[in-house]
Amino acid sequence: MWSRLRALIIKELLSVWRDRKSRFVLIVPPLIQLFVFSYAATYDVTNIRIAVLNEDAGAPSRDLIARFEAAPDFARVLHLDDASAIARVIDNRDAVMVVHLGVDFSRRLLAGVPTQAQLVLDGRGSNTAQIVMGYASTIIGDFNRDWAALHKLTGPSAPLIERAWFNPNLLSLWVVVPGLMGILTQVVALVVTALSVARERELGTFDQLLVTPLRPAEILIGKIVPALIIGMAEGTLIVVAALLWFRIPLVGSLALLYLSLFVFLLSIIGVGLFISALSGTQQQAILGAFLFLVPAIILSGFATPIENMPEAIRMLTLGNPLRHFLVIVQGIFLKDLPAELVLASVWPMAVIGTVTLGGAVWLFRNRLR
Amino acid sequence: MIAPGAARRLRLFGLVRKETLQILRDPSSLLIAFVLPVVLLLLFGYGVSLDANNVRVTVVVENPTPEAERFIASFANSPYLEVSVMRHRADAEADLVAGRADGVVVLRADFAARLERLDTAPIQLLLDGTEANTARIVRGYAEGVWSAWARQEAMARGRVASVPVVAEPRIWFNPELRSRNFLVPGLIAIIMTLIGTLLTSLVVAREWERGTMEALIATQTGLVELLAGKLVPYFVLGMLAMTLSVAMAVFQFGVPIRGSIAVLFGVAAVFLIGALAMGLFISTVTRNQFVAGQVAIVSGFLPAFMLSGFVFEIGSMPGWIQVLTHAVAARYFVSTLQTLFLAGTIWPVILPDLGAMALIALVFLSATAARTRKRLD
Amino acid sequence: MTGHAVKPEPLVTIDGVAKRFGGRMALDGLSAVVMPGRVTGLVGPDGAGKTTLIRLIAGLLKPSAGAVTVCGFDSIADGEDVRGVVGYMPQRFGLYEDLTVAENLTLHADLRAVTGGDRAAAFQRLLGFTGLEPFRGRLAGALSGGMKQKLGLACTLIRPPRLLLLDEPSVGVDPLSRRELWRMVYELVDQGIGVLWSTAYLDEAERCQSVMLLNEGRLLHSGDPTDLTRRMEGRSFVMRGLDTAGKRGALAEAQKRPDVVDALIQGRSLRLVMREGASAPVGAGAVEPVRPRFEDAFVSLLRTSGGDHAATGVVPSITATAPAADEGGFPVEAVDLTRRFGDFTAVDRVSFMVRRAEIFGLLGPNGAGKSTTFKMLCGLLPMTSGTARLAGISLAHAPALARARLGYMSQKFSLYPDLSVRQNLDFFAGAYGLAGGVRRAAVARMIDGFGLRPFVGSDAGELPLGFKQRLALACAIMHEPAILFLDEPTSGVDPLTRREFWAHINAMAGQGVTVLVTTHFMDEAEYCDRVGIVYRGAIIAMDSPDALKESARDAGLPDPTLEDAFIRLIERHDRARETA
Repeated sequence: MWSRLRALIIKELLSVWRDRKSRFVLIVPPLIQLFVFSYAATYDVTNIRIAVLNEDAGAPSRDLIARFEAAPDFARVLHLDDASAIARVIDNRDAVMVVHLGVDFSRRLLAGVPTQAQLVLDGRGSNTAQIVMGYASTIIGDFNRDWAALHKLTGPSAPLIERAWFNPNLLSLWVVVPGLMGILTQVVALVVTALSVARERELGTFDQLLVTPLRPAEILIGKIVPALIIGMAEGTLIVVAALLWFRIPLVGSLALLYLSLFVFLLSIIGVGLFISALSGTQQQAILGAFLFLVPAIILSGFATPIENMPEAIRMLTLGNPLRHFLVIVQGIFLKDLPAELVLASVWPMAVIGTVTLGGAVWLFRNRLR
Repeated sequence: MIAPGAARRLRLFGLVRKETLQILRDPSSLLIAFVLPVVLLLLFGYGVSLDANNVRVTVVVENPTPEAERFIASFANSPYLEVSVMRHRADAEADLVAGRADGVVVLRADFAARLERLDTAPIQLLLDGTEANTARIVRGYAEGVWSAWARQEAMARGRVASVPVVAEPRIWFNPELRSRNFLVPGLIAIIMTLIGTLLTSLVVAREWERGTMEALIATQTGLVELLAGKLVPYFVLGMLAMTLSVAMAVFQFGVPIRGSIAVLFGVAAVFLIGALAMGLFISTVTRNQFVAGQVAIVSGFLPAFMLSGFVFEIGSMPGWIQVLTHAVAARYFVSTLQTLFLAGTIWPVILPDLGAMALIALVFLSATAARTRKRLD
Repeated sequence: MTGHAVKPEPLVTIDGVAKRFGGRMALDGLSAVVMPGRVTGLVGPDGAGKTTLIRLIAGLLKPSAGAVTVCGFDSIADGEDVRGVVGYMPQRFGLYEDLTVAENLTLHADLRAVTGGDRAAAFQRLLGFTGLEPFRGRLAGALSGGMKQKLGLACTLIRPPRLLLLDEPSVGVDPLSRRELWRMVYELVDQGIGVLWSTAYLDEAERCQSVMLLNEGRLLHSGDPTDLTRRMEGRSFVMRGLDTAGKRGALAEAQKRPDVVDALIQGRSLRLVMREGASAPVGAGAVEPVRPRFEDAFVSLLRTSGGDHAATGVVPSITATAPAADEGGFPVEAVDLTRRFGDFTAVDRVSFMVRRAEIFGLLGPNGAGKSTTFKMLCGLLPMTSGTARLAGISLAHAPALARARLGYMSQKFSLYPDLSVRQNLDFFAGAYGLAGGVRRAAVARMIDGFGLRPFVGSDAGELPLGFKQRLALACAIMHEPAILFLDEPTSGVDPLTRREFWAHINAMAGQGVTVLVTTHFMDEAEYCDRVGIVYRGAIIAMDSPDALKESARDAGLPDPTLEDAFIRLIERHDRARETA
């Protein structure tokens, strides 16, 4: 039995590697995605174009505007002359935000009356608007603190001191690259398994396999092990790139990371085999894999937090292996997630894997009978 | 014999009818054209939100005093925050590590005492950096609540204007900052890219693989008829999917539509022609469905998703990636869609976008025409 | 538009044409003509350049040198005009399988600008002509191979062309459909249309008024096929009355002799073609001279022109140890095999037994149920009812054990194209549980026995057809199976490659291997010791090829071929059904 399995596994690895097309699929898209998307998938909001309309001539207003101009996240500050220009620059997307200071800004401030700084934001990009608004609040807050200090306005001195754990500068890259490790290994493992049986069907070699003494279970193991090896290799490649190229800290246990990757891959391979058993042609296998991948990525928490999703969809995400793996991979990379918490996310993947692999075996037996 | 012009029309008509019948008989193309958009729209409309509404904040109160109670109350009043209170910092920190809390606010044991002495009573805010985006939003909320609390405290103690300048945000087009309002229009660009590029990338390749192309080019069918015969049916399919998506956006998700609907469909038509031409180009060059499908996903779908400004801000990407985005037609379509839905028919935005999309369509159409040969070598 | 001219001008003039693909010369310095009002056969082994030549004439390829003129138009400069007069049916006819018969015809009518009353008349004529009228609404993909070819032909004939190019139209078509295809083509020729028919089946060449014989891109002969056949006068013999062991021995013997150009088993006889000037053969059976066939001339011409890539005399010796001693009984037993798909009964109570070392063939038209029977026997398809035993082991009870005793080779060769020859062999050895020294020895034996040494490192997908076939056979037999299953093993393969293949099979049967083969190809059936004719899901006749031929003999057919016998049996069966 072992020699039969070994022959199957070697054959499977060779045929993935020697076929130009599948080698291309394994190497090029994941690398492009890793490098382009690591940089492109950013929620960091920088290089913002804003505009200011300052109708006040006083020094305090000039001071506040200067602070906006000096802020590193604002790339360009347009100066507007009258209120009618606000609509134009926002409409035409020349600026995401307009800071509007009224004529009596300095006068009220000096008189000790609370005064307003109006912020007009382009809601077409609500995430950006929210973050830019945060930046503006911080600048105004700093201005207020300095103003209060200068004018001896003492209030309860209870400053809010922020500290971001695990990722002190809140870099998106540190979050995205470990996340991509989950997404890309998922894509590779899924495509390899989903296509493998369909390709053999098209070549006619699947019948040839079935007339050998190989049992269906052996054929399946012969498909699972190579996909595991390939997925592990892909994962390792990304870990190396994360450490050496992207310089992302890895503070947790590497052994736990690999254990989780192993269970994660098994659950994905189960899905791949399931698709494979259902599809007759490579074409259908590609579409099937695509139909699984898109929702799986959307519902993983990679791009948007799961807590924001409605209850029903949140329940649905529990069946998505990637969702659990992302918790682990980001946790181990950035925050040394303790073993019991890692295991708390591993067991759901193990359950999903048992179901998908069991389903695939069942489906194969049924399709063969 | 009939006139050459009439013969051309007849051939084109025949090809269009053939392609239409094939679409209608192939469940997978109908699946991609009608089921996938609905699934994606539902997922994005209901499932995906960039607004952090249920931010879980743990307030650690090492020493419960009335001052601390007032502080907790102001946090608990925020509609965006789910506040829980703990006595021990270590418990809250464990929650942060386990991902059970998005932020921790710590009031130390001597908080009230220091406040009373008018000494500095620092409040610590701990954020979970593994969710960088959420962390940023949590910080914004916390700062807002904190400054409101600080103002109240000052007023309660009879002091004035400890907060001299109050930020007064006005968010245009989308006052509640519902992310759905900008995700759903952007998603239409993704769906159109999928239908245009993925489906058509398979169709010419399929004819080569099945040997039907050889039979076609051995007839007097011309280049233009051959390409138009492919484009017309998928164009109709794409516009139907567009109509479905717009209807769902408006009626199902309540996204306002402030611009002209005619302009919306006009722009969509130009974009769709470009996407179809790109699919045909991929198909013509690869002549193989497997490779064509892969190329279509890597060069069509993924850039439309990642590099179009649909979710991720283009301006914040590194310079070399920003340069890349200019070649992505979806980038212009997303911008126009968000404008037409949320802002109105603003020509200074639409016209340059339209021009860029038309240019891209032209490039792919002529490249496809140049690569389509009426010979096998 | 077309008619018989007094002195017909050639329809096609091929003038010094060469075609190069990369560094390979597909065609080299070819000059020939195609005349109107007759069928010109384009024959040659696989890879001879037949398809390339047809594509050059259709203007789909540009010649690297020389020119092709079609009806006075240059194939490249006047491409549009050429397309207006030529009807072209590619190898896998470009039918849209997801469109119906009528929709395919409508598309081609649109493409060729046939409208109104002309269209209705053309449809009526062509649907009647092809017998497809009852199937107007059926999807093209659901048609049998023969009907697909007829529909393909109908599509190209919507506007009658002056020149019809048919690229291997009879591959995958059963004898009945093949006859109809020929009948249709003769009708066209009578209307003055010129037909170029490419084929690897040499009995078809004999039906052509003119042939072009291609080999490795060169024209070996052009003109009347009987010119070639006549040259073979006095060189063809038949050795009759051999028993099973005797014919195999005689074949192996004959293939070793230098004066024998070709040796071929036909039922209980051996057909021999001698080298020019050699004397009549002597052997175990009675030898008598026979009328030469075009195939004799073809094989002789290719073997003496050195274009024979499949070795002639030398049969690579596969010194497989003879399968373990007889378990007793029949190695293959099928009792009342039945398979239903929904309401449709594809195979209905089929029973047969195959003796040890026997070559047993299942012969039948497409869709008769022979593949289904075959798949049930090798465990690829579960049976609805019935029992099957391989080497005494029940398929139902111990499938893996039963499968270990059989070797399987299908039409598609089923190799991993991206793996090298050695990797393919290694894999199949492993899949059959061979390990360590045993595996290395088995792989080495196959590489040497089949002469694969020069190719061990090449990808299986890149091998020449003959070697691909050798490799597929090697992979199927390296575990020394007692039973060998062959599914249409040489369909669409040229005669030389087919001969080599059967030489191996004969050698193996001689060593005691039991062989079961499905085919719709008469030459292949002639190699069998016994043939079961499968029709409408049942075996309607089962006997030796000679006895089947004998049963068809009557006054009108004094010397029936196996094909005649086959058609006669099927017609008889259909009549019996109608009266019943």
